[in-house]
Amino acid sequence: MSLARDDVEKIAHLARLAVSEDELDSVAAGLSDILQMVEQMSAVDTEGVTPMAHPLHMVQPLRPDRVSEENQRELFQSIAPQTEDGLYLVPKVIE
Amino acid sequence: MHNKSISELAAGLRAGEFSSVELVQHYLERISSLDPQLNSYISVCNETALEQAAHADQQIAAGDANPLTGLPIAQKDIFCTKGVKTSCGSHMLDKFISPYDATVVARMKQAGAITLGKANMDEFAMGSSNETSWYGPVKNPWDLEKVPGGSSGGSAAAVAARLCVAATGTDTGGSIRQPAAFCGITGMKPTYGRVSRYGMIAFASSLDQGGPMTRSAEDAAILLQAMAGVDPHDSTSVDEPVPNYSATLNDDLSGLKIGLPKEYFDSGLDDQVAKSIEEAIEEYKKLGAEVVDVSLPNTGLAVPTYYVVAPAECSSNLARFDGVRYGHRCEDPQDLEDLYKRSRSEGFGAEVKRRIMIGTYALSAGYYDAYYLKAQQIRHLISDDFKQAFEQVDVIMGPTTPTTAFGIGEKADDPVTMYLSDIYTIAVNLAGLPGMSIPVRPVDGRPVGLQIIGNYFAEARLLNVAHRLQQTTDWHQSAPGGFE
Repeated sequence: MSLARDDVEKIAHLARLAVSEDELDSVAAGLSDILQMVEQMSAVDTEGVTPMAHPLHMVQPLRPDRVSEENQRELFQSIAPQTEDGLYLVPKVIE
Repeated sequence: MHNKSISELAAGLRAGEFSSVELVQHYLERISSLDPQLNSYISVCNETALEQAAHADQQIAAGDANPLTGLPIAQKDIFCTKGVKTSCGSHMLDKFISPYDATVVARMKQAGAITLGKANMDEFAMGSSNETSWYGPVKNPWDLEKVPGGSSGGSAAAVAARLCVAATGTDTGGSIRQPAAFCGITGMKPTYGRVSRYGMIAFASSLDQGGPMTRSAEDAAILLQAMAGVDPHDSTSVDEPVPNYSATLNDDLSGLKIGLPKEYFDSGLDDQVAKSIEEAIEEYKKLGAEVVDVSLPNTGLAVPTYYVVAPAECSSNLARFDGVRYGHRCEDPQDLEDLYKRSRSEGFGAEVKRRIMIGTYALSAGYYDAYYLKAQQIRHLISDDFKQAFEQVDVIMGPTTPTTAFGIGEKADDPVTMYLSDIYTIAVNLAGLPGMSIPVRPVDGRPVGLQIIGNYFAEARLLNVAHRLQQTTDWHQSAPGGFE
């Protein structure tokens, strides 16, 4: 599997990463090398094999729906890049 | 003082031969004089470590000491540590002061351990050489031109160089065992779910597992005792009783069945490394063990399978770094998309971005079946290989790595070659099994690791098997020149 420049642009956008014009070729080549290595998987017959979701085949345990954490907004917001009145600030989203 | 075992140090503290403050001071002095050559620490907790030591001395005086009371331990910088920078080796978290303790950190504090500092690591644990750290590469104390391995390279180098009593690490595809092998120390990746992942910054959630990195199996047993156990904060931690790991260290090995997978001794293995492994196996025969040939036929598929599963999970886990709530934020974002894209591109290094993109691709519409689903099916086949082998044997042994430590820069530009250096360790994570690496005879002055793989929750057995070899050989005792 070999990726083209526009594939990289699409993937980068989905991952919300910026890849500059002059990096596109080298990133495409690097990703293609990995995908080529991964390609070995396609030769394996996996007909009827159950996908392994958990090494111990455990199911998700449930706990009672009770509040177990206190509100620590001030502590958590003290490490935020930008806050105001208890809110996280981001650039304007709605015009 | 820095060559003593955990139990010797604990006894020395209780007997009043030295205080915890003196012990911590001693390590802080070693770090300040020796670590500039290695770069094994990202943060050193000078003040808080001494405060904790003074408190530990009071507890010891009051006869109220726990197994790790007063002992300075390095935490891999992936474990959130309250009030301390927890960078995960990334520019993204360079200013992140954790508001809480990871369960591993909390439990070790409860057992009395002192957080000496935060160990350097590959960025977000993605790497096999410690070269992807935003804080610069770590050097191997046995040869400063070589890598210490990764991703827990700082932990391994610090333990080998006697810059801490012991350290924690995490292992997603070999990140405890491979650096332990390269630095000549003892490292264990426990069974998936044995140690809580709460507060351990996630890379690939179905593979990640924390574990001890120490100078001996005896020390590893004490450290694992403090780390292991179910945690209500981690729904993937397993509610299995935690045995007393120190109690069975000396159990007899007569009749132990050791499986040697032929795939781990193929043409890719360095001849000299193979000789060291064979010599260790001979020692086990002298201890009464029997050797059985086994086969893990899907070994060759482990690396390709891992490089779908791990990147897919990482792309999802690392989506949380958006520049909004914590972590790096770019200057003057034009709009929300610009904020996301520039914050993430500036915050993450090349290897992390590469893996996020591979994972994003593998999970994108139309590709899920061919990649992630296929990989999860092959994962089942790999796991079945081990299941069959463990019907015949008690433990599986082989090399931890195909070669000794490689040179800094040697594989940095070729990700696929770097990935293939983890060929013997990755399958263990895919299957969720426990695995250890212990030092055997070095090759040309460079450490070699023997890997011991056990069945689910066989940590006590692995520690026992490792300890018995360390009782009859002294490979684990040698210290790198300049750090004795």
